[in-house]
Amino acid sequence: MRALRFWLVGLASLLLLATLAVGVGAVPLGAGDVWRALLGAGDETTVAIVRALRLPRVALAALVGAGLGMSGAALQGTLRNALAEPYLLGVSGGAAVGAVLAVAAGVASEAGVPLAAFAGAGAAVAVVIAVARAAGGRADPRVLLMSGVIVGAFANAAIMILLADAAPNTVRGALWWMMGSVSGADWARVGWLALHLLLGGAGLLAWAREIDVLALGEEPAASLGLDVERSARRVYFLASLLAAATVAAAGLVGFVGLVVPHLARGGGLRGHRAILLGAALAGAALVVAADLVARVARAPAELPLGAVTALVGVPFFLVLLRRGERA
Amino acid sequence: MIAVRDLVVRYRGGGDAAVDGVSFTAPAGRVTAIAGPNGSGKSTIVRALLGRVPVAAGTAAVGAAETAPTSPRDRRALARELAVVTQREEPAFPMRVRDYVALGRYPHGSAWSAESAADRAAVARALERAGVAPLAARRTDELSGGEWQRARIARALAQEAAALVLDEPTTFLDVAHEMAVFELLAALAADGIAVLLVSHQLNLVARFADHIVLLHRGRVAAAGTPAEVMQGATLEAVYEWPLVVTRDPAVGAPALVPLRGRGRR
Repeated sequence: MRALRFWLVGLASLLLLATLAVGVGAVPLGAGDVWRALLGAGDETTVAIVRALRLPRVALAALVGAGLGMSGAALQGTLRNALAEPYLLGVSGGAAVGAVLAVAAGVASEAGVPLAAFAGAGAAVAVVIAVARAAGGRADPRVLLMSGVIVGAFANAAIMILLADAAPNTVRGALWWMMGSVSGADWARVGWLALHLLLGGAGLLAWAREIDVLALGEEPAASLGLDVERSARRVYFLASLLAAATVAAAGLVGFVGLVVPHLARGGGLRGHRAILLGAALAGAALVVAADLVARVARAPAELPLGAVTALVGVPFFLVLLRRGERA
Repeated sequence: MIAVRDLVVRYRGGGDAAVDGVSFTAPAGRVTAIAGPNGSGKSTIVRALLGRVPVAAGTAAVGAAETAPTSPRDRRALARELAVVTQREEPAFPMRVRDYVALGRYPHGSAWSAESAADRAAVARALERAGVAPLAARRTDELSGGEWQRARIARALAQEAAALVLDEPTTFLDVAHEMAVFELLAALAADGIAVLLVSHQLNLVARFADHIVLLHRGRVAAAGTPAEVMQGATLEAVYEWPLVVTRDPAVGAPALVPLRGRGRR
């Protein structure tokens, strides 16, 4: 019953927020105008504004949230760590380095940047886990997190150095992107992100039962016949793919992957298949809402999306930390 | 049946072998106990059965399945023959007891398939047999220590394996809950399961086990019925502490009574 309520409230919030987000802007539109335009009716200008300008942005925000939510849910379950998420673990930072390197090398295609970001994310995961293991094991969630934050700081430094001799307008663009933004949305970018989400998400959903078993801990999981190292690597791979795709599309948007798996579990969802889907839904709604706030809070100026999600995420993180990371 | 032959296990980093030429069998329908002081190699044998430590020599076999499997198929085949209740376990996130026990069906299903009728029946039987059916809807973080241990045994039973290994299942339990777990294990053996119990509780082991393997520094110091193994001289040499073995006046089983340290003897 509680699970059903989670799905209904989640879907309703997402639809409501998306309609609102498409309606808000320099030319304000009512809910009726928005839906008519989506169906192709109404005057031409409205249809153009909705379909070519606002809808891609809302769709991109929703997909970024869905990807980060699934990535966070998979990492939390596999690492047995309620504070795990791609941003805090340095995975997003690694992806950002990869993407910046690709752009600096002259690769600017919608297909190439996510690939480079994925390579960076994969390298970051490997380093974070190796550092945590060397520093006393993945068993302590704080050691893992510290290792992630360190790798993230290193990634930031690397990006600054890469940008040192870039043209001033490039630097400004890059900084904006490092704070996260879906303002560069177009349908091509939405399409590429959707494709990556479909691949990574389908993989995680297919192996969701293994995440359930991994969440019991290494020895119990091994006693149930699971190849623990191999399964965990597979999850890291797919979670990195999702995180990297969101970074390539919208830059660094932190804390979404931290918050929404807790909403899904707290909403009564059981088993990682449901938790992954629930985190995707909640993540989509959260990022659409955050982008809406980013656009209207200081209109006509825009706030960085990553700053808005951090304002929500940091207090949430502190509450979890105080609760003893169990939650 | 669990059959261990001349097993040698060395941990990486050198030193003496943690297990050095141990042989024993744990047949179906019996409670076999592995006892011995800390560091005598008890838990290492459990890890060797799971293929979690490199076996330097000898074999460990469970039914038809080879231990130390490499392919995913072999791993799951082993988990259908051998269920293990490891020493410590805490789910990362609390879940319903029923869902937890259902994870014991993992080696039976494909990764894709939903729960089958056979899975549901096995889970219901396991909950019933371990006495946790009334707790099925409770959350794992709301259970007492004794309830949690029985839920873990239920999860192992849901594997429907012919052999059940438990590593110190009563460490944190009070007398009543400890007795309940031992009684359950004796009943499971009577059902025809090969029960292999790793335990410090020599006196309880002496009452419930059919066969005891006493380890000392990775080797078998004594093996046999409780009466054969529970000899004062043997135990004193193994535990390196003054003690006497008496007969429990109430139940007649051999019982170990440790004495005060040598200086105060």
